[in-house]
Amino acid sequence: MSKLAIQISGLSKRYRIGIRERYPTLRDALARAVSASMRTVRSWSSDHNSEGGGGWIWALRDVDLEVNRGEILGIVGRNGAGKSTLLKILTGITEPTKGYADIYGNLGSLLEVGTGFHMELTGRENVFINGMLLGMKRQEIKRKFDEIVAFSGVEEFLDTPVKRYSSGMFMRLAFSIAAHLDPEILLVDEVLAVGDAAFQKKCLGKIGDVAGEGRTVLFVSHDMHAVQTICQKTVWLDAGGVKEVGPTAEVVQDYLRSVLLEDSAPLADRTDRHGDGTIRLRSILIESREKSRVISSRSGLRIEIEYTSERPLLHPRFLATLTDQHGTVIYLLDTGCTPDFPSSLPPSGTVVCETEAISVSPGRCCFDLAVYNGGVIADLVYDVARFEVVAEHSYIAGHIPGRDRVTCVVLHKWSAAKEK
Amino acid sequence: MRSMLNNAVNCTSDDLAKEQPVIRRQARPGWVAIDFAELWRYRELVVFYAVRDIRVRYKQTLLGVAWAVLQPVLTMLVFSIFFGTLARVPSDGIPYPIFSYCGLVPWQLFAYALTQSSNRIVEDAGVITKVYFPRLIVPLASVIAGLVDFSIAFAVLMAMMFYYGIPLSITILTLPLFTLIGLVAALAVGLWLSALNVRYRDVRYTIPFLAQFWLFVTPVAYSSSLVPAKWQALYAINPMVGVVNGFRWALLGKTCPNPMVSVSLAATAVLLIGGLYYFRRMEKSFADII
Repeated sequence: MSKLAIQISGLSKRYRIGIRERYPTLRDALARAVSASMRTVRSWSSDHNSEGGGGWIWALRDVDLEVNRGEILGIVGRNGAGKSTLLKILTGITEPTKGYADIYGNLGSLLEVGTGFHMELTGRENVFINGMLLGMKRQEIKRKFDEIVAFSGVEEFLDTPVKRYSSGMFMRLAFSIAAHLDPEILLVDEVLAVGDAAFQKKCLGKIGDVAGEGRTVLFVSHDMHAVQTICQKTVWLDAGGVKEVGPTAEVVQDYLRSVLLEDSAPLADRTDRHGDGTIRLRSILIESREKSRVISSRSGLRIEIEYTSERPLLHPRFLATLTDQHGTVIYLLDTGCTPDFPSSLPPSGTVVCETEAISVSPGRCCFDLAVYNGGVIADLVYDVARFEVVAEHSYIAGHIPGRDRVTCVVLHKWSAAKEK
Repeated sequence: MRSMLNNAVNCTSDDLAKEQPVIRRQARPGWVAIDFAELWRYRELVVFYAVRDIRVRYKQTLLGVAWAVLQPVLTMLVFSIFFGTLARVPSDGIPYPIFSYCGLVPWQLFAYALTQSSNRIVEDAGVITKVYFPRLIVPLASVIAGLVDFSIAFAVLMAMMFYYGIPLSITILTLPLFTLIGLVAALAVGLWLSALNVRYRDVRYTIPFLAQFWLFVTPVAYSSSLVPAKWQALYAINPMVGVVNGFRWALLGKTCPNPMVSVSLAATAVLLIGGLYYFRRMEKSFADII
């Protein structure tokens, strides 16, 4: 017997593009006030008639979904696929434009850890404020207080303002509060990308426990490993719609395959090639050194390149350049850097390149591929394969900065210098 | 919840699907009624938000809570020197310092609540976009937080009355009423401004100006008897006219300000109802545009 926890029908959400960028400047404050007030008048008269006009995007479009009670549902998809929007509608933070979602049971959400934490207040004070914001009653927090503090392991600093906390301590305390929520339905958005690995394991365990108690969990994550660990069923959102729902293993495989192959024609079919054509690059396979399609900042890459030629290759040189989403080169992988690379190769075959941990920040990466035959370019193809570096657990305590901020990440540690 | 469990025992899944859901999320165009039951469920959060405001306000300041006394007292001194002594503004026969301070105490409550409640929602953008709670809590809590400074300033007022030998009369019992009108008026204006501020950040720049302007049209530094009789009713549309006159009447025992208080009360009610509904209307899009 299955009972519904959430039923979503035709749920759609439309946003005005760029609405978040409207920052106030004195210079154009007046001009904006005039146009804004006109917009208000217009939106009053035709709230739902301006669809399809420029400046709007559908963050969610006709989503139908049923979640049974006691189910842990993973939600995966690219950035901007609508995952967070879906959770925000379910919690009531924002309203859908069309459709509805029915929620059977009380609902708690965890879209961010440490929401409402105030730097000037002590750990103790923040436990109460944060707990209440997450929907706990004061009595409930009092009752669980010792447990929360013990779980976080910051007992000694409870009466210290949280601005003096290390980011790790801050996150531990914040997550401990969140981990002690016990609503019937829990929504979790990408919050495991923080904290150290041991603590994350503890948190994953806690979420698993929650589900064991018959509660329903919706778990949004880019961490495919975590999704596969705790979710039996997964939904893949793409461009605001449901692309696939089903057993986690299948959906995650399909999702990753699409991330890998997305919008690049098979290498053998490409006609936009350069070089004299004496060697042809046939195919490229990119995976992690563990032969997984999930590539994170810590993964080493394994690249297999298949080639054909009319005669054996003499002094061949293979080059692969890893670029970011703008085409800026991050690495050059060159057979010339491998001293014992064979000086002759059979007419057709496969070469393999393996790297250390790539240390590239989460986001899109591309490869350009070239092969030289005795110093002359034989074949050169740009943008042969794309893949997504995903945010895996805990590269750095705190969180991994995204590609919009940095290109590379490196394990590091700060400390105070000893007094001389 | 209970009905769901009962139904589950002896009905098919078809019946379950038809059952009334616990919560439905859908678009609610237009005005939305205020959910008082929900507000009541979140009452602890209101208190904690207010407590947080109070605790945070004077953290890492040198003089701490002394600011709550210094602000009105220094303003009173400046008023007394320039308006009381130099400009000889009439003060209805009451010593000017206590006359102006008695107006400043409710005024500061109003001005503080007004500024805080308008800015708070934007300052709390991080919370607004990440958790759901009735947004009304934010302006409500900042208005309540102003009561602490008010109480401290009020204690100073009591001390001044003792110093000037002004006896307490029975009219002091009406003081909570005038305080309440002041708070409600501040909340009402705060609701309008905070909802507008989310959408149009221009509001932020107008708030200091608005507070200053409002001080001039409120009888804090001068007596409302300076306003010609025929303009009195219009003047009292400013809710703070009724509040400040009410304070002076309740504490210093001047003539009963009744007609003006009624006008102020009516104006406050209109402002509040309008503010509540405008806020409710805008509230649902706060997370999208903040």
